[in-house]
Amino acid sequence: MPELHGTVKDQPAATPGSAPSARTEREFTAKERTQWQLAARRFRRHRIAAASLVVFILLLLFAFVLPHFWKYTYDVFTDDLNVSPDAKHPFGTDATGYDGLAVVMRGTGQSLKVAFVIASVGTGAGAVWGVVSGYLGGFVDAALMRFADLVLTIPALALAAALAKNFGGTWWIIGLILAGVSAPYVARVVRGVVLSLREREFIEASRALGASNLRIMVRHLLPNTVPVLIVNATLLVAAGILTETALSFVGFGVQSPDTSLGVLITQAQGAFDTRPWLFYFPGVFIILIALTVNFIGDGLRDALDPRQTRERR
Amino acid sequence: MLVFVIRRVLVSIPVLIASTMLTFVLVKFTGDPLLYLKLRNPRPAQVVIDTESHRLWLDRSWPTQYWHWISNVVFHGNWGPPVLGHDDIGSEVLQALLVTGRLVAVSVVIALFLAVITGVVSAVKQYSLVDYSTTTMGFLFLSMPVFWFAILLKQGGIWFNDNVNPHTFFTIGDRTIPAIQGSTFANLKDIFGHLVLPTIVLGLAGYAAWSRFTRASMLEVLNSDYVRLARSKGLKPRTVLIRHALRTALIPLTTVTALDVAALLGGAIVTETVFQWHGMGNLFLTALRTLDFNVMLGWLLVTATLVIMFNLIADLLYGVLDPRIRHA
Repeated sequence: MPELHGTVKDQPAATPGSAPSARTEREFTAKERTQWQLAARRFRRHRIAAASLVVFILLLLFAFVLPHFWKYTYDVFTDDLNVSPDAKHPFGTDATGYDGLAVVMRGTGQSLKVAFVIASVGTGAGAVWGVVSGYLGGFVDAALMRFADLVLTIPALALAAALAKNFGGTWWIIGLILAGVSAPYVARVVRGVVLSLREREFIEASRALGASNLRIMVRHLLPNTVPVLIVNATLLVAAGILTETALSFVGFGVQSPDTSLGVLITQAQGAFDTRPWLFYFPGVFIILIALTVNFIGDGLRDALDPRQTRERR
Repeated sequence: MLVFVIRRVLVSIPVLIASTMLTFVLVKFTGDPLLYLKLRNPRPAQVVIDTESHRLWLDRSWPTQYWHWISNVVFHGNWGPPVLGHDDIGSEVLQALLVTGRLVAVSVVIALFLAVITGVVSAVKQYSLVDYSTTTMGFLFLSMPVFWFAILLKQGGIWFNDNVNPHTFFTIGDRTIPAIQGSTFANLKDIFGHLVLPTIVLGLAGYAAWSRFTRASMLEVLNSDYVRLARSKGLKPRTVLIRHALRTALIPLTTVTALDVAALLGGAIVTETVFQWHGMGNLFLTALRTLDFNVMLGWLLVTATLVIMFNLIADLLYGVLDPRIRHA
């Protein structure tokens, strides 16, 4: 496989700062692009990821905009009981007359909100935790990692269930609980990456140039963990949705009268033979969310970290 | 190396102790274990409540309670009095652990084996048809709620039994009760039969995450300079792949796998609930619902010990696999 290092073809991938002098000497002109434009271009070319992004935006609209235009709401009974999907109720109704579509829209929204809390808080906290621990080493590392061990000694589902029993089943509390449970997990993985990164020459070089620890962590280590963070953040969104489902299934998740996709499946499992649509629709939406998020993460990794793309595109 | 192992084990002991303290506080916050008595109508005489409270050591301060519990477990093998009718908490937890252990162990072995193979193949043949199809399958399993899939599979098994061939799939329980009167082989076959569907559920969940992880780290390694150097030295592609690339790529996987033991126990809780196994899941959930705190404490102690053990194994493997990390 021929590699094209240091040739003209490689130039667009260079940092914007070094581009101008090299560009003026070239006989043909290529449009100058920033790194983010390049990343966006690479992302668009990852067809599944780009399509997933579109589907995901549609899901967001479905969850947060469509409820305002739909004739039924999730907490108002209709007169139709046990109706299988038809034109009036596309997702059917349940035994008490709730409209399936309205309920699924509400559930999708609540589950998405939980997942966002988990992904942002969990990944952010885990990244800082892991970089500080891995880079500083010594006592700080020992203390931080032993604390991570401590939290990780308790199975997440058990810990989350016990905490949720204390603090109640509001969506953002469930989200924060699950974020707290997953942050040490991210920290361990990030630390592993940093441990081998900090022995590399470019870290030694910047230390020799007099860079402070904070600068090395923020400018050199953190950006290099981004691919790992993205993989983890997407895994966390997917895993978050799924853990929330599991938590609801065992009875300690979002509590009624509020709902989530997990709650919906739990309520529907008893009627699998008689009202299967109540079981299938929420499940399909969970899969849709998790699947698109995973594909988006995959595309983002290819876009943000060209090192992992073997053919330069 | 030996010094490192000993030091790491010694460090683990305070972690375990701290973990028991954390779980003790956690469990104490789940609620009042005697609430079921106090809510009875008519309310039982105060002396009944006081007696129960005394039996469960609830009339002492938290530190005293904690010390009473941990010293009894460690020095006398006594796991404390249960709130409701349990026999011996210690033997009950270990019994449940054996049931869940065989589910998790079989699932992990199968899942890891498949994950490494597909992860490597799809990294080497990135953007090929194989890569796209295995990645899509992996993504699909990764995106499926464990218990949704479990219920589907269970219903599928029931449908198969009803319509095609009865007695094919066991959909309820971890073994036939009462135990089959017959040879050891018949019993093993029975246990194995009950394992099939739950193993598929739990294994696929692990497989999906790990194959994705293997692929990601394998891709990173394959694009690194030293692999290019190894290739340009003229080494056989097979040697480069297995001795140079895979070895490095497995480092993050070992950590993730060891850490996922706790997550798999969580997955087992759900899987067991669907298939109505009497394992760790059932034990913990029942204890949490009835606020049977000594059962919860025992459960958490056992799982914490297990997880710490696996963390230690991960750390040791780290050193074996990556010479750059020295255990001085």
